[in-house]
Amino acid sequence: MKADTDTTAQRPNQRPELAAIDDETMRGVLRKMHLIRKFEEAAEASYMRGLIHGTMHLSIGQEASAVGSTLPLKAEDYILSTHRGHGHCIAKGADPARMFAEFFGKENGYCKGRGGSMHIADVEGGNLGANGIVGGGLPIAVGVGMSIKAQKLDRVAVVFFGDGASNEGAFHEALNMASIWKLPILFVCENNKYGMSMDVSRAMAVPNVADRAVAYAMPGIIVDGNDLPAVAAVAREAAERARSGGGPTLIECKTYRLRGHSKSDRNLYRTKEEIEEWRNRCPIRRLEAELVAHGRFTPEELMTIEEAAQAEIDAALEFAKASPDPDPKDLTRDVYAD
Amino acid sequence: MSTLTEAAVESAVRELTYAEAIREALAIAMEADERVFLFGEDVGVYGGAFGVSGDLVHRFGPDRVIDTPISELGIAGAAVGAAITGMRPVLEIQFSDFVTLAMEQIVNQAAKIRFMFGGKAKVPMVVRLPGGSGTGAAAQHSQSLEAWFAHVPGLKVIQPSTPHDAKGMLLAAIDDPNPVLIFEHKLLYKTKGHVPEGDYRVPIGKAAVRREGRDLTIVGSSIMAVRAVAAAEKLAQEGIDAEVIDLRSLRPIDFDTIAASVRKTHRLLVVYEGVKTMGIGAEISAMIAESDVFDFLDAPIIRLGGAEVPLPYNPVLEKAAVPQEENILEAARRLARGEA
Ligand SMILES: Cc1ncc(C[n+]2csc(CCOP(=O)(O)OP(=O)(O)O)c2C)c(N)n1
Repeated sequence: MKADTDTTAQRPNQRPELAAIDDETMRGVLRKMHLIRKFEEAAEASYMRGLIHGTMHLSIGQEASAVGSTLPLKAEDYILSTHRGHGHCIAKGADPARMFAEFFGKENGYCKGRGGSMHIADVEGGNLGANGIVGGGLPIAVGVGMSIKAQKLDRVAVVFFGDGASNEGAFHEALNMASIWKLPILFVCENNKYGMSMDVSRAMAVPNVADRAVAYAMPGIIVDGNDLPAVAAVAREAAERARSGGGPTLIECKTYRLRGHSKSDRNLYRTKEEIEEWRNRCPIRRLEAELVAHGRFTPEELMTIEEAAQAEIDAALEFAKASPDPDPKDLTRDVYAD
Repeated sequence: MSTLTEAAVESAVRELTYAEAIREALAIAMEADERVFLFGEDVGVYGGAFGVSGDLVHRFGPDRVIDTPISELGIAGAAVGAAITGMRPVLEIQFSDFVTLAMEQIVNQAAKIRFMFGGKAKVPMVVRLPGGSGTGAAAQHSQSLEAWFAHVPGLKVIQPSTPHDAKGMLLAAIDDPNPVLIFEHKLLYKTKGHVPEGDYRVPIGKAAVRREGRDLTIVGSSIMAVRAVAAAEKLAQEGIDAEVIDLRSLRPIDFDTIAASVRKTHRLLVVYEGVKTMGIGAEISAMIAESDVFDFLDAPIIRLGGAEVPLPYNPVLEKAAVPQEENILEAARRLARGEA
């Protein structure tokens, strides 16, 4: 990502977080946000049509936190993701075609059809995996941080987790260790207000997940998780601190999941009005409106980006459908390394 | 005796799903005993991840049907603390796989407190664990870990296969002064069966003979008992008369019922969803081998267990990884022919 002062200076009327992202980078940002949204819409449609068995967790409405938090990352940096991980995966640069193939349980999916939506990993691309266990990635991130430090690599790890995960013991143990050892980790909490049906205000004794950083002597930063430039700015600063030996940061992106928790959610714990209110804060439309208002992109240019993303997703879906199923004779392959 | 009243006929044929039967047991226990409460992740207005608690929160209020944070270790510990201080907690672990986060409290605390305290405490808690494969939930949401717990003295482990038993065994579990783990197979929740009204108990530690037969014995529990019964009906058409034993409890295990059956049939097939090696089949086989029943065997015992693999996501692979009805049929035919 280019964030040089020259380009920033050329955009004096824009807030610094927005001005810091040049047009070329912004194109990539928009493309990824659309890819995430459309990937999940297509996943949902496939599910509804009975083409998918198993479950899935959609992050529709949370695209800015996934793309913003990973914007300062380099290819060799790591992420650890969650059950709601399609967005993180695409944000880190995964190929939607191989993601769909995994979703369809196909042999050429990222995990050869053995993992499915909840376990997509792209180890070569630095994505150390989604996780079916709430909070499961947090202690793993500590080990990744130790490894980066031991090998003296110029890398950071971003570990995503939900507000609900911050109630697991694993969260507290991980933050403490990351802090005492000054590990290069960004703990990115996507606080979407609910852990399944449990409202954060009923599940936590403090109002913000970020408040918990105090106990572990690391910065705890709250950011509007539906504001991409704001998330990216916070993540950039945290990544710089991590790279320069300053240790971990806890970032809390306040956001909202517009879909149910999973396929079986009847939304009994929240109101239509609340969902509607957040729909109006769509992170994609909001960013687009700001870009148009500042004359950085025309509506036509934005449409072209969106259509290209749709075409990419359509092709990815076709690729997955046409892909081969695993062969049952390989059932016990890959349980142990040779 | 007069003819059955209409209400009695109704209740004689009344069918509930397995999930409804559990809910009814919970409601009966909570109505009868103020000390009983249900807690777990999303058991309140959401109604439980598998809809088991349903409307209970509206009937008993949020103080007795309690939504908890996602803190399995913490909530398992809370169940222990409540149980040793006079309550009768029923804890739902959302997917049985997540019990791995709660092992410490269940294995080191709940199972041992009474013993360690010289018999001076009771731990009357129930842990409900939806488990098993077949829903495409992949490796971390599909396991059958019941054998792990059956290895721990101090715990009781049950696995009902029918709505009738689910209700009666859960009521027995809530009444039991010990920690009881009830493994509920997710694929069974929607199955229907006759469930009597009111309070009744199905004792923990007693197997049920689901089908009598002379040629061979099939032992299984939970969904494997259901599949074994279905397979036995088909075997009957081929002239193979299989006896099916629904184990229902793993700890304590009802070896007498198995032994009596094998003395009669001389052939044993053990079917279980958990991974084959070091599992329930090994234990039952060893019990036979160590006893006089061994002399009655006319063929080697066959164990039909889960494949040595984490549960795969792909539906074809997922089915291939756990015993299906076809596999039971095939194994039973081999056993009847005397092939190992
Ligand atoms: C250890 C564990 N407990 C419970 C679950 C079931 N579960 C899956 S996601 C979820 C809610 C998680 O909430 P949060 O961490 O806030 O993430 P979100 O789903 O909101 O993205 C629950 C209860 C699980 N997968 N793992």
